[in-house]
Amino acid sequence: MSAHRHSSPLAVTGKYLALALYVGFALFPLYWLAKIAVTPDKLIYTEGTALVPSSFTLENFRTVLVATDFLYYFRNSLVVSLTTAAITTCIAAAAGYAFSRFTFRGKRLVVAIMLITQMFPLLMIIAPIYKIVAAVGLLNSLTSLIIVYTAFNIPFATFLMQSFFDGIPKDLEEAGMMDGCTRFQALRKIVLPLTLPGLGATLGFIFTAAWSELLFALMLINSNDTMTFPVGLLTFVSKFSVDWGQMMAAGVLALVPSCLFFIFIQRYLVQGLTSGAVKG
Amino acid sequence: MARIELQNIAKNYGPVEVMRDINLEIEDGEFIVLVGPSGCGKSTLLRMIAGLEPITDGEFRVDGRRMNEVQPRDRDMAMVFQSYALYPHMDVARNMGFSLEIRKAPSQERAGKVHDAAKTLGLTSLTARLPKALSGGQRQRVAMGRAIVRDPSAFLFDEPLSNLDAALRVEMRLEIARLHQRLETTMIYVTHDQVEALTLADRIVVLNAGKIQQVGTPLDLYERPANRFVAQFIGSPTMNILEVVPADKGVLLKDGTVIGISPGTDHASASDLGVRPEHLNIVPEGSAHFSGTAELVEHLGSDTNIHTRVPGIGQVLVRQHGHVPLKTGDTVNIAMELDKVHLFAPDGQRLEPVLGSG
Ligand SMILES: Nc1ncnc2c1ncn2[C@@H]1O[C@H](COP(=O)(O)OP(=O)(O)O)[C@@H](O)[C@H]1O
Ligand SMILES: [Mg+2]
Repeated sequence: MSAHRHSSPLAVTGKYLALALYVGFALFPLYWLAKIAVTPDKLIYTEGTALVPSSFTLENFRTVLVATDFLYYFRNSLVVSLTTAAITTCIAAAAGYAFSRFTFRGKRLVVAIMLITQMFPLLMIIAPIYKIVAAVGLLNSLTSLIIVYTAFNIPFATFLMQSFFDGIPKDLEEAGMMDGCTRFQALRKIVLPLTLPGLGATLGFIFTAAWSELLFALMLINSNDTMTFPVGLLTFVSKFSVDWGQMMAAGVLALVPSCLFFIFIQRYLVQGLTSGAVKG
Repeated sequence: MARIELQNIAKNYGPVEVMRDINLEIEDGEFIVLVGPSGCGKSTLLRMIAGLEPITDGEFRVDGRRMNEVQPRDRDMAMVFQSYALYPHMDVARNMGFSLEIRKAPSQERAGKVHDAAKTLGLTSLTARLPKALSGGQRQRVAMGRAIVRDPSAFLFDEPLSNLDAALRVEMRLEIARLHQRLETTMIYVTHDQVEALTLADRIVVLNAGKIQQVGTPLDLYERPANRFVAQFIGSPTMNILEVVPADKGVLLKDGTVIGISPGTDHASASDLGVRPEHLNIVPEGSAHFSGTAELVEHLGSDTNIHTRVPGIGQVLVRQHGHVPLKTGDTVNIAMELDKVHLFAPDGQRLEPVLGSG
């Protein structure tokens, strides 16, 4: 029974005010990014702190798209991020299912090792990774990034997927097996449809992580052909000046795939798919 | 059609033994209820029969064929889970027909069977709904429907009614009884509720701490409980247990009263006397076995429960038919129906009357 609560108008106002403050705080950098992207170059310094520029231009976007290698970087990033997200999610889903449903020898050890990898400062292993990648001749290739990103994201993605599988009652699979499914059929016909939100969240998370990764991309890539977007962004910084407007325009464009991706998966994220499975 | 045999079944979880020496034969078409307190291993036993839990030791046979290693899907048994375990992403009709879908039955046959089952269970108007749009009782029916559609050789129920409210539980209990009469299929039903056990079962299996305490008809268990555990578990309110020591022609209650026992009962090793509340009567002072003070009187209309404190003996519960005009503090004179009294040995076993002697 939910008691009917009378909130005072003051409390309601306060709640929304706090919410507005939080949203404003969180979104302000994005607003600034978009603002500078549409500000004509000559106004950037003169109107540096004005909230709204006195005139707008789309010139920066045009320059970025036609006069720079931005589209290359963009394509490279897309290839790396999508492939990483897909591979990582597949492996993490399989591993997460095993962790959630089976007991096997060495399970605790594997979990412990995966946790430890999450505690290492990345900087410590950049040099060894570089040596390894160089030794197998994968420097300057997108493949190297995909492999490294996948390896680094699997532990977290596995825990994430495991928690989604844990949320699906075991009874459902067992009911499926009583109904005539093999374990694999039960997985495909019952568990998988219910795990879509989890798969979506994991895909989205890994995609975003790979999309914005700079450190390894900087180390392992230095040819223009295989630069990913975050590295490419640095080419807007020259020895003598920074092309703020173009850089920000590129940044805005780089947000597009992430946004599209989340719009696409958000219906899976909010859906309470398992509701109604067990007693109310 | 299924005659189910369990022979020396044991179950360990790692080093922990949770079940052993389970021997049971279930006739084809029989309604067997597994009953016992929470944690005694009822679900584990049912799941071993279903194939969801490996059997550590012993042999499990259906119609004479060893089934220990057979996969759940090949055992031809349907199970109704305590949680119902409805597939949340499928509507009611698809939930009920899922087993046929997996077996690639023609969709016409599937639709027909689902329709029949839905009609039997009064679900016809709900077939297009998702489980989340159903009430608890309706979900329970869908879970039953899913089992019926299968037309299995045995039904397994794991506390199917424990999530329903009291009124609905009684209604569904009747429906399950009716279902069994109609289908005449072997049913194995797990519950911790002895009323469900007594009302539904052909035979009841009482479990405690992973061991079978007694197997018998409801009346067997009520009238001839094998030990103190069964005696106290079956029957409501619970049987009174009074400490005794053996005496010459009967047993001696702790307050010194001698209770004569019908000849033939081996009472030499008796340490406890059990008598059900309904086998105690309120009598005039002269003919009482013992007297006490009413501490609490429950007027239930059909019955009156009188919780009595008897000096030297302890708490005794008396149940009388109809209304008894007693109130707290009144003196209660109690007589036992001696032919309904049970004696238990120190190890809890019931002492059988020794026929022919004395
Ligand atoms: N997966 C498991 N691992 C270890 N012990 C278990 C497991 N499942 C059940 N048990 C133990 O087995 C005993 C019987 O459990 P269960 O069959 O669920 O009891 P019931 O259904 O009668 O309440 C309990 O003591 C429980 O703790
Ligand atoms: Mg149980």
